[in-house]
Amino acid sequence: MTHDMKAETITVRGHGGDEIEAYLAQPLGSGPYGGVVVIHHMPGYDRSTKEITRRFAAEGYIALMPNLYHREAPGAAPDDAAATARANGGVPDDRLVGDVEGAVKHIKALSSSNGKAACLGHCSGGRQTFLAATSLQLDAAVDCYGGAVVYGSPPQLPVKMPALLDRAKYLSCPLLGLFGEDDKFPGPDEVAVLAKELTAQGKNFEFHSYPGASHAFFDVDRPSYRVEAAVDGYKRIGEFFSRYLA
Amino acid sequence: MCTYYTEKVLLAGSSGKGAEGWFPVLSATVYFDHPVHAPAEHTVNIDFLNSERGPAARVAVELEPASARQLAHAILAAVDASASSGNPR
Repeated sequence: MTHDMKAETITVRGHGGDEIEAYLAQPLGSGPYGGVVVIHHMPGYDRSTKEITRRFAAEGYIALMPNLYHREAPGAAPDDAAATARANGGVPDDRLVGDVEGAVKHIKALSSSNGKAACLGHCSGGRQTFLAATSLQLDAAVDCYGGAVVYGSPPQLPVKMPALLDRAKYLSCPLLGLFGEDDKFPGPDEVAVLAKELTAQGKNFEFHSYPGASHAFFDVDRPSYRVEAAVDGYKRIGEFFSRYLA
Repeated sequence: MCTYYTEKVLLAGSSGKGAEGWFPVLSATVYFDHPVHAPAEHTVNIDFLNSERGPAARVAVELEPASARQLAHAILAAVDASASSGNPR
């Protein structure tokens, strides 16, 4: 594998047919390649999530990350856009699903696509990955420490993140969950509740919780980075995608 | 962690200075979450915003929690001093 790729900013049609900005990274070959929709974290459509997107292209996948804040803040700096979105109450769940659906359609329409697509996200993007995987027909999903899946965010807060546990029965694809044992949102109890519900629903899933790791252990630029958890996590994601996106 | 903890306050008669100079700030969002710049996993973050002027009309701070508490006390002390001198609280 050469890791050669092309990465660029494009426009895709998202929820309601809206045209939104997106970052597309894809191998230079003719394919066929599986696709990965990367959902950026709450701090926004930023450099670090673009790096993640390119990482999957280097591994041989068509990776596409829609800018979930494009409507509120077209052309804004990622941190300004994130602040605006937060002040407005965050990304509505139905809009998120529409944007991921548009991204999946865009990937599958590419001549190099093999017709398969996964979704992956960290933090709020982990919760949104679970939402997408229980709302859309996907081939695989990776939830990296998504909070508020089991309990939701407190209803009095302006940022609306309702619980999604009752959607477990709609999970359309295999789910890989990667968590830190020292995380509090989601804490180990929440992860256990979600695993119990997925088991009860007969779903195909595998969860891994890393000792000594808290939230955001994949973030190389933050003190929360845990090299052993991150390296093992990427290894598991690679194996997972090889199994379900080939 | 990923708390989504956020408080929003509407502001009146207030201004802030951002990258393009002074502008009226209409609201403040206060939250505990990942910082963009501060060297910590989580900070108390405040965004002073003017939604009428767009996302770039923003004054942002990321505060270590003990510092945030000190700042809050200092703000209250200043407001109390203002009130004792005859200004409305």
